[in-house]
Amino acid sequence: MITPTHYMLLSSALFIIGVAGVMMRRNIIVIFMSIELILNAVNINLVAYSSQLQNAVGQVFALFVIAVAAAEAAVGLGIILAFYRNKETVNIDEMNLMKW
Amino acid sequence: MGQAIAFYTLAAFILGFAVLVVTTKDTVHSVLFLVLDFLFVAALYVLLDAPFLAVIQVLVYAGGIVVLYLFVVMLVNLKRPPEAHHDPHRRTKLGLFLAVAVLLELGAIAVYQTTRPVLSVPGAPMPVTGNTEQVGWLLYTSYLIPFEIASMLLLVAMIGAIVLAKREL
Repeated sequence: MITPTHYMLLSSALFIIGVAGVMMRRNIIVIFMSIELILNAVNINLVAYSSQLQNAVGQVFALFVIAVAAAEAAVGLGIILAFYRNKETVNIDEMNLMKW
Repeated sequence: MGQAIAFYTLAAFILGFAVLVVTTKDTVHSVLFLVLDFLFVAALYVLLDAPFLAVIQVLVYAGGIVVLYLFVVMLVNLKRPPEAHHDPHRRTKLGLFLAVAVLLELGAIAVYQTTRPVLSVPGAPMPVTGNTEQVGWLLYTSYLIPFEIASMLLLVAMIGAIVLAKREL
């Protein structure tokens, strides 16, 4: 029997893989993909509880998360391109223009 | 029983491809593993009786967002791999430690959650049946304003992306 706890453990494992990717990789494109993994983990949780509680509101919120992820990807990748044009790098260790 | 087999198979694929996305050195391969990961998450949505969301996942994530990533990876032609640059301030071990700490925290929450019964919150009775109809009905009644705000957000993101990526206006 698959309970919501199983889905919760799956989504937390996916979330952790995303967090580890954000913390450990230096390539900003891979970091963005890790953020997409994190958002997917959240969506799995929302849909699992939506199915458990027989309430479609969770799916509506998952749709909003997808819309925000699309907006984030578009703007973030625009920033990466603009930065790459100036500095010729996608390494976040070298992205310290606005750091004191 | 069949549901359990499907769940464990999909979970294994989702987590395996997620690990590959994070660990693969080649960014193009990483993006391709991300597509596979999204497709398996879509299959999980089908298992959870959310076919509409599964289709949206395939269309928006696997179809739209990942293509955007591929374009950027191709445009950002990496002569020098970014991981080759060694920063003395880089603390990979600390990052891994923090990720494990978050995992333990979430595990504790999950264990705590099993000791409490799941409250059943039945949604308001809806005049429609079927997954797509229910989601659509909710989107255009209770959640109409967030829906319109989401469309505005997407418009702003589109304009922002064009302004950022254009060489000169």
